[in-house]
Amino acid sequence: MDFSSDDWVAIALSLRVAAVAVAVSLPLGIAVAWLLSRRDFPGKTLLDGLVHLPLILPPVVTGYLLLVTFGRKGLLGPVLAEMGLVFSFRWTGAALAAGVMGFPLMVRAIRLSIDAVDRRLEAAAESLGAPPLGVFFTVTLPLALPGIVAGAILAFAKALGEFGATITFVSNIPGETQTIAALIYSYTQVPEGDGPAMRLTLVSIALSLGALAASELLARRVAARSSGAAHA
Amino acid sequence: MLEVSIRHRQGNFDLEAHFTAGQGLTALFGPSGSGKTSIVQIVAGLLKPDEGFVRFGDTVWTDTDNGRHVPAHRRRIGYVFQEARLFPHLTVRQNLDYAARFLPEARAGLGENRSRIASLLQIAHLLDRRPATLSGGEKQRVALGRALMARPRLLLMDEPLSALDHAIKAEILPDLERIRDVEGIPILYVSHSVAEIARLATRVISLDRGRVVSSGPQPAGVIEGAVVEGGEALGSFLAATVTGHLPEDELTAAACAAGTLYVRQVDVPPGTPLRLHVPANEVILATGPVDGLSALNRLSGEVLSVEDHANAVDVRVDCGGLPVLARITRLSARELGLKPGTAVHVLFKALSIGPDNLYRGA
Repeated sequence: MDFSSDDWVAIALSLRVAAVAVAVSLPLGIAVAWLLSRRDFPGKTLLDGLVHLPLILPPVVTGYLLLVTFGRKGLLGPVLAEMGLVFSFRWTGAALAAGVMGFPLMVRAIRLSIDAVDRRLEAAAESLGAPPLGVFFTVTLPLALPGIVAGAILAFAKALGEFGATITFVSNIPGETQTIAALIYSYTQVPEGDGPAMRLTLVSIALSLGALAASELLARRVAARSSGAAHA
Repeated sequence: MLEVSIRHRQGNFDLEAHFTAGQGLTALFGPSGSGKTSIVQIVAGLLKPDEGFVRFGDTVWTDTDNGRHVPAHRRRIGYVFQEARLFPHLTVRQNLDYAARFLPEARAGLGENRSRIASLLQIAHLLDRRPATLSGGEKQRVALGRALMARPRLLLMDEPLSALDHAIKAEILPDLERIRDVEGIPILYVSHSVAEIARLATRVISLDRGRVVSSGPQPAGVIEGAVVEGGEALGSFLAATVTGHLPEDELTAAACAAGTLYVRQVDVPPGTPLRLHVPANEVILATGPVDGLSALNRLSGEVLSVEDHANAVDVRVDCGGLPVLARITRLSARELGLKPGTAVHVLFKALSIGPDNLYRGA
């Protein structure tokens, strides 16, 4: 298969956008998952709903809301631009859209794994002198690691394939916001585009399957390590 | 000195407890659901009482009057749970060293302290293993060690042996005695097992349905003459004092309120208090004269109660103030015509009290 330079640019961009989206949203995702799993507070249901919104809204709507909020003339756009953070029609905007769309999947996986961490172990840690943050970093986080890895990879796969919100928010600019999905779309709009579209489709499938396999492998390794089976 | 005075709404009853616990092992004793675990959690700071206070030495840990509540991680306690609760992602060594990550007191002389505790509890060979590869008894030993490694000012133990089988219990009991006698840390020990408490407790606080029903030093507490039921072999506890040995016969003689008892030889000087558990199945009752019998232990008493069970009859006999329980067949009970007030002889063999059922009184 011979890829055009446009293809390579789009593949590299997709990987960068997805990696940045996951890297930036992961700490926030862990924090939100922990809050939803371990704390009761007013507005918890609202937060839960908000987190899940991108999963159920049409992606175009999410993209439009991002445009209204983070666009050049949006609610927060100008303020953030003054701080040097510009999203509109930039790859950073694509990363933001990808991160928002992957967020519910990430939080769900992490929350489930934090739910599964035995609170009695956390109480034991507390009795041994660990303050709340200490308990989190030495017991909760390591034991929830398989779910965190799974959540991150799920979000990564989702980010790689994100299309609707991205194209609505930051358009389809080659080299800046034209990810694999956007380029496939462009190819399907021109005659003779079938071959290139199929090539990128195969790349897309390969990347997604690769991410899935990596997630399984990592989760299994982490689970084995934390249960001690690797030493049995 | 630990001072507890709390009231706490719990499920369908009110827990109310006022007691103090000092050096040695103070046992919180009572049936399940009597509120023992809640009290320990309140002492630990893992549960806030509705009302009352918990003081340790000059430090107020909890006082609902002024809203004071020292969180669990600042109380310097060691907590041993029913299940070992070892951290599965850490090795035994890392579990033992866990408190040192947070407590400067535990960091001082860490390696030295670890070797001492590992040899005290015979877990030195397990240091590089992970909890998943340990047996139940090994896990609980590591949990004990981990609590001690925090250099606690107070040890809390919530039924630490109840998840273990009999043989392993017998192995760990001496460890607990060593901790009680060697470490010099006050221990609050929750149990519903009379045998454990008879063996370990310095003081006993008895709870029933959320209330303290009695408290006092052993053996004046609930244990003397207590009848054991439930999880263990049914039987009764007798408190006695060693009076001498019969070396040729490998026997020890001991005096109790009901007379002289003979048991397997115990290596202790005369004058040592002894507690023995007499299994109800091993007790023979006789209404006639008892001569020409091999059983060495012969006490006389009066039947207190006769209780019919599914396949046997439990007879409680008052032997000079000590209740002794005998489990006999319904046929025997009927033929002897046993009823409250009947004068009987209580007989049991010296060998019917196993070495596991002989404890040095604390």
